[in-house]
Amino acid sequence: MSWLASLIPMDHYGHYISWHFIQVSVANLVIIVLMVVTFIAALLLPFPGRARRRGNK
Amino acid sequence: MSTEIDRQWTTRLRKRLTGKLPPEKLLPDTQPAYVASWIYVFGVTTLAAMGVVIGTGCILSLRGPQWWHESGVGHFVNSLHLWSVEIFFFAMIVHLWGKYFMAAWRGGRALTWMTGVVTFVVSIVTGLTGYVSQTNFDSQWISTQAKDGINATGGGAFFNVLNLGQMLMWHIVLLPIGAVLLTALHVLMVRVKGVVPPFEDTPKTVKAEVAQ
Repeated sequence: MSWLASLIPMDHYGHYISWHFIQVSVANLVIIVLMVVTFIAALLLPFPGRARRRGNK
Repeated sequence: MSTEIDRQWTTRLRKRLTGKLPPEKLLPDTQPAYVASWIYVFGVTTLAAMGVVIGTGCILSLRGPQWWHESGVGHFVNSLHLWSVEIFFFAMIVHLWGKYFMAAWRGGRALTWMTGVVTFVVSIVTGLTGYVSQTNFDSQWISTQAKDGINATGGGAFFNVLNLGQMLMWHIVLLPIGAVLLTALHVLMVRVKGVVPPFEDTPKTVKAEVAQ
């Protein structure tokens, strides 16, 4: 499992992105992007059995 | 004609509760067709993650506030605790976005919305008290940063993030009780009022109310 740990070095300072007064760590930005992607996917992806349920309504 | 039994507070309370929330509404067999969408799964995902958070937190509390630093099992349970919290907040944020864009306070659901908002705030404070209770350098760093912010509000006189005992008690007793009670109220309100429908399925009377 050591190769997995070596992917993300934990003994260095974190990476940050700065833009004007906004400063965000890359880790937090990745989480925010993943949440947005999940939100959009939840709206667009078809839910299993949705058509059948709508038909039974 | 009302009898002596009808006037008892237990009878009145039972009638009121079963009137507002009959068993078939509390534990329904089916949901409306519009609930068959991925955007509706994040509330229950948050609930499931909360269950894991509480379960792993109970295991961590068995042997005191530091043992997990020196034990393989401790590391594992601590990691489960951390990652279930990550999923909890992740799912709760997506749930919040979904409900915000659905205007989920429609149709007399204001209390459902507000209990969700307060639960979110209580969860953030629970997360903060957890971070400052880790008993490591990370918690020292976070608490010394947080104390400046909290002192600037005047709250530091009552809520001292440098006091491990106080933070741990808040984290494992007071705030979880608050979060669980609020979540229970939130879920009960969802059961009483029903899951908010999408705009196209909203009854005309509610649409008119929103337009005002």
